[in-house]
Amino acid sequence: MYVLIVGGGKVGWNLARELIDKGEEVTLIESDRRRYLIIEQELEHAVQYGDATELWVLERAGIQRADLVIAVTGDDEDNMLVCQVAKEKYLVERIIARVNNPRNLQHFKLLGIQPAVSATDLILRLIEHEVPRYGLVHLLALEEERLEIIELEVGSNAPAAGQKVADVQLPEGALIISVLRNGGGFVPKADTVIEAGDEVLLVLDPGLEDHVTPQFTSRG
Amino acid sequence: MFVLIVGAGRVGSALAKAALAAGHEVSVLDEDPLSHERLDVGGDGTWEDRGGLFTVGTALEMDALMEAGIERADTFVAATDGDNTNIVIAQIAQRRFQVDRVLSRVMDPARAAWYREQGLETISPTQHAIDMFRRALDLSEDSA
Repeated sequence: MYVLIVGGGKVGWNLARELIDKGEEVTLIESDRRRYLIIEQELEHAVQYGDATELWVLERAGIQRADLVIAVTGDDEDNMLVCQVAKEKYLVERIIARVNNPRNLQHFKLLGIQPAVSATDLILRLIEHEVPRYGLVHLLALEEERLEIIELEVGSNAPAAGQKVADVQLPEGALIISVLRNGGGFVPKADTVIEAGDEVLLVLDPGLEDHVTPQFTSRG
Repeated sequence: MFVLIVGAGRVGSALAKAALAAGHEVSVLDEDPLSHERLDVGGDGTWEDRGGLFTVGTALEMDALMEAGIERADTFVAATDGDNTNIVIAQIAQRRFQVDRVLSRVMDPARAAWYREQGLETISPTQHAIDMFRRALDLSEDSA
C-alpha cells in the first residue's frame, strides 16, 4: 500500500514511522524547511519538502498512485483541501483528515471529507467514558451506515433492571447487543435477565437515545 | 444587492468601497479590528456613516459569517490573504448558504484553474501578473 502523509508534526512523523515499520510504502510531506531537515535524518527519502496544498508538490510525491492520503497538519483548511483535491482531482480511494478545531468538523462534512478525526473530540469522548455524566457513552457512530453504538449503566430501580431482554421496552431500531457484568461481557439471549449495575451495549438508529435511556436509568 | 466581503486587506477594502459607491449594501468581515481603518480612508465620515457594515471575526466561524449577514448575501467575495481559507469559505458560501454569486481570490494559479473547473469562480492575481509581464515582454502564451 502506498500512503501519502501530509504534515510532519508529532502525529505525521510517528504515523510515518509506524507505517514504515509495518512494511508500507510511505511519503511524508513537510512544508517547514527546518522541520523537514530534522525528519530527513531519520526517514531519508521517505520525506519530501514542500507545501502539499500545491498540486505539483502532491504530484511529485506520486499522489496519482497513492492508495491512502492522510492529512494531519495543524491547519484545518490545509487538511480539508489536501483531502478534497486527493479525492476529487486524483481520485485517491481512501483519505483520512485530522480536525484540529472540532467546530470545523461541519466544514469537513460539507466538503465530503470523511473520515475526519478530531483528537479533541476523541479525548472528550474518553472523558465521557471515564467520567460518564449522564450514564450514557457514545462508543461509535457509523455515519455512513446510520447506526450508533452506545453504552448505558443500568440504574438500581431502572425499568429494565430485573427484566428479561425480550421484555425490555425498546423502540423499533434499538437492540441490546452485549452485557458487561462483573468484569466480563457476553451476548445476551432473549431470556437473559438484565441486572442493576450491568453495563449494556446497544446498537441504535440515530436519534433514538432519548427513547432508550429512560429504560435503563433509575426512576425519580 | 447585498455584498459580503471577507478580508479587508488592500483588495477587499477597495472592492468594498467601490461596491458601496455603486449603491450596493456592503458588509465586510475581518479578524483584525484595525483593518476597519482601511475602510474609513478616502470617504466622508466613517465606513458606518456611509452605510457600510463591519464585523470582527474569523471567516471559518459560522457565528461570524451569520453576524456578517451571509444568509441574505447575494454576492460573496473571499479575499483574505490565505488561498486555503478563501477556497474553503467560498465553498461554504456556495454549498451551505447557496449564495448566488461567489468569488474567491486564489494566488496559486494551478489551484485557481482547477477549482474554476469545479464551478468556483476564482481570480488569480498571480496568473494576471504573469500574463501582463508576458505581454510586456512579448512572450507567447505557450512559452511557459
